Amino acid sequence: MAGKAMNILIVGVGGQGTLLTSRILAQVAVDLGYDVKVSEIHGMAQRGGSVVSQVRYGEKIYSPIISKGDADIILAFEKLEAARWLDYLKPDGMIIINDDRVDPLPVMSGKVKYPEDIDQHIAQMVEKTLVVDASSIAVGCGNVRAANVVMVGILAGAMGFPEGEVEKAIQAMVPPKALDINLKAFKEGHNLYSNIA
Amino acid sequence: MKRLMIGNDAIARGAYEAGVTVATAYPGTPSTEIVSNLAQYPGVYGEWAPNEKVAMEVGAGASIGGARTLVAMKHVGVNVAADPLYTFVYTGVNGGLVIVSADDPGMHSSQNEQDNRGYGRFAKLPVIEPSDSQEALDFTRLAYDISEEFDTPVMLRITTRLAHSQTLVEEGEPKQVELKEYKKDAPKYVMLPGFARGRHVEVEKRLLGLKEYSNNTEINRIEWGDRRLGVITSGVCYQYVREVMPDISVLKLGMVNPLPDKLIREFAEGVERLVIVEELEPVIEEQVKSWGITVEGKEHFTLLGEYSPEYLAERLGGIAPAQGFGLDKEIPPRPPLMCPGCPHRGVFHTLKRMRLKVMGDIGCYTLGALSPLDGMDACVCMGASIGMAMGMEKAQGVDPSKIVAVIGDSTFVHSGITPLIDIVYNQGTSTIVILDNSTTAMTGHQDHPATGLTIKKEPAPKLDLEALVRAVGIKNVRVVDPLQLDELRSALEEELQRREPSVIIARRSCALLVKPPVNKKMVIENDLCTGCKLCIRIGCTGIYFIEDENLAAINPTTCVSCEVCAQVCTFDAIKIVEG
Repeated sequence: MAGKAMNILIVGVGGQGTLLTSRILAQVAVDLGYDVKVSEIHGMAQRGGSVVSQVRYGEKIYSPIISKGDADIILAFEKLEAARWLDYLKPDGMIIINDDRVDPLPVMSGKVKYPEDIDQHIAQMVEKTLVVDASSIAVGCGNVRAANVVMVGILAGAMGFPEGEVEKAIQAMVPPKALDINLKAFKEGHNLYSNIA
Repeated sequence: MKRLMIGNDAIARGAYEAGVTVATAYPGTPSTEIVSNLAQYPGVYGEWAPNEKVAMEVGAGASIGGARTLVAMKHVGVNVAADPLYTFVYTGVNGGLVIVSADDPGMHSSQNEQDNRGYGRFAKLPVIEPSDSQEALDFTRLAYDISEEFDTPVMLRITTRLAHSQTLVEEGEPKQVELKEYKKDAPKYVMLPGFARGRHVEVEKRLLGLKEYSNNTEINRIEWGDRRLGVITSGVCYQYVREVMPDISVLKLGMVNPLPDKLIREFAEGVERLVIVEELEPVIEEQVKSWGITVEGKEHFTLLGEYSPEYLAERLGGIAPAQGFGLDKEIPPRPPLMCPGCPHRGVFHTLKRMRLKVMGDIGCYTLGALSPLDGMDACVCMGASIGMAMGMEKAQGVDPSKIVAVIGDSTFVHSGITPLIDIVYNQGTSTIVILDNSTTAMTGHQDHPATGLTIKKEPAPKLDLEALVRAVGIKNVRVVDPLQLDELRSALEEELQRREPSVIIARRSCALLVKPPVNKKMVIENDLCTGCKLCIRIGCTGIYFIEDENLAAINPTTCVSCEVCAQVCTFDAIKIVEG
């Protein structure tokens, strides 16, 4: 695709905070001086459905959406969604998966089985697979809903984003009463990446 | 300093900078943020209108009154507003008026994917189409100048990808615009046949002027590159074309009606092969072909859904991405579904159990049509449920006691009142259920006349639904709590027996707007659970089934203790634990 764009796909279940995550990452890229485009899904799909946000940055960005086989990083807040969007990943891309399971309706109703080992299956195919328990880390920080920001911390580590820039973006995007928990979640995620990298 | 904005926020900013002082809309994805955002700017009167027709009419009055005015709606909303729109094109404006049509190729949140560029030719008004948020702002500003220069409303046509993509925007200075003087001018503003004939002459003259404008405006531009291939495109498709074919020649159209005929001829003569890339209908292609120009288009591209860079690369050549990972596993689908605690869930469960024919409507509750609730027979457009129930009753004649219409509170106010009058007047007997969650939930909880709050959350006279329904002649009106399934069912049974029409208002706030109770939780008594899955058939993420143990289980992180599952359990296995 045109120039050297960096493509990040953020996938999850409606309500898991994909929108906030994409907005934080996009703000960091803006502050670093890049051209940035973000594509979001609002409306019907947010009612517990499969959701995706797309962040692209680089010198000059045209399309707001990422093509299949062209994502440098997939940030997956849920295992099944990681699998659903895997064909968007570049052959040498990285996928970071939150070890969380949210059953879709056909599984809840017992019609089909949740593919239990799906993350291991992905790890066998994709060299750069990182499975992390972001939800537990978020609970440790004070709220499971900060799992998305734990993931932001891991991503920031992987991308080499300056910590201060990300913290600034979090401060700008997160409501004041949730700020402490989210900053802590970011730190934990960032440390986690430093420890495994 | 540049900042990221979704297209809709950029349109609001552009309207503010252009000096807009009146903005009106009915919420509809993907248009909603435009007026909710614009209403927050200083000096702007913003409102939620009951429907798009009213919004268009308020807009027409504001424009004639001299104000720069914005009217916004989703693509199907323009159908509702079409009546005033077509004739407002004849009267023309005083203060500039822009109508935003937010189309939804791919139907992310809509019931059809009509291409509203078609309105440009049909209603004879200029249509402009931005391709990113900066253009959304700039083109909105420009649209007001076009509107006033040519004395016409202007349509700003966007698509979901533009509306909900963030791109960088440089904001401008707001213009100081005085309210234009209003002069009484009946031949211009009163569309009696005698006057309208005169105005039609003006409309045709105006279109010739607009065509000349289109040939010369900077928003239609040729980007010469490799001349072996030339692409004519507009909107977000321009970005996709540039993504995969950065070196070819492109004619980028910002004004898609009227088309710049001379510019297109010049471009066609300058390239070896000419292709038109446009999502949905061949609006540009058919016109260009009618001028005798050789051009390729829909023989390569689909009429369905959204395009993407990879799709264009596949159909037209260019830079294609690498083959991604193929996963040899079946991935269960994840359809959207009603939230835990949603007051609609029990209604659809009950309607299905009672084997009723259900004429549905537009809102979150349309999800009641999906498995496992399967509680809806038909859904067409906003407000249609009530008229359709009447029609089905008159067609079938035999057992009207099996027909109900379900409609949300916001949708009822939008366009459910007139069909209800029809039922009374023409002596139908249907039972109408108003699903009153006291908000416009699907689009993100906007207020409406029956919530008692304005767009700015300021108090407003609250429309009394019971009194309204009685006033149109419905004698049997009752209010039930949709979380009390027995109460709901007996109300339905009683009202369906009557040989006259009834309205049941199922009233309970949207579950997303109330805090779940902290002092109670649901538990399953495993000894009593038989694994019958009746509770699973309400389709709630708060309860799931463990196949290996043949037991239902509560998901404590999602359950909000609405107790609907406990009520459907015939073995009394789901208990409410206080404290």
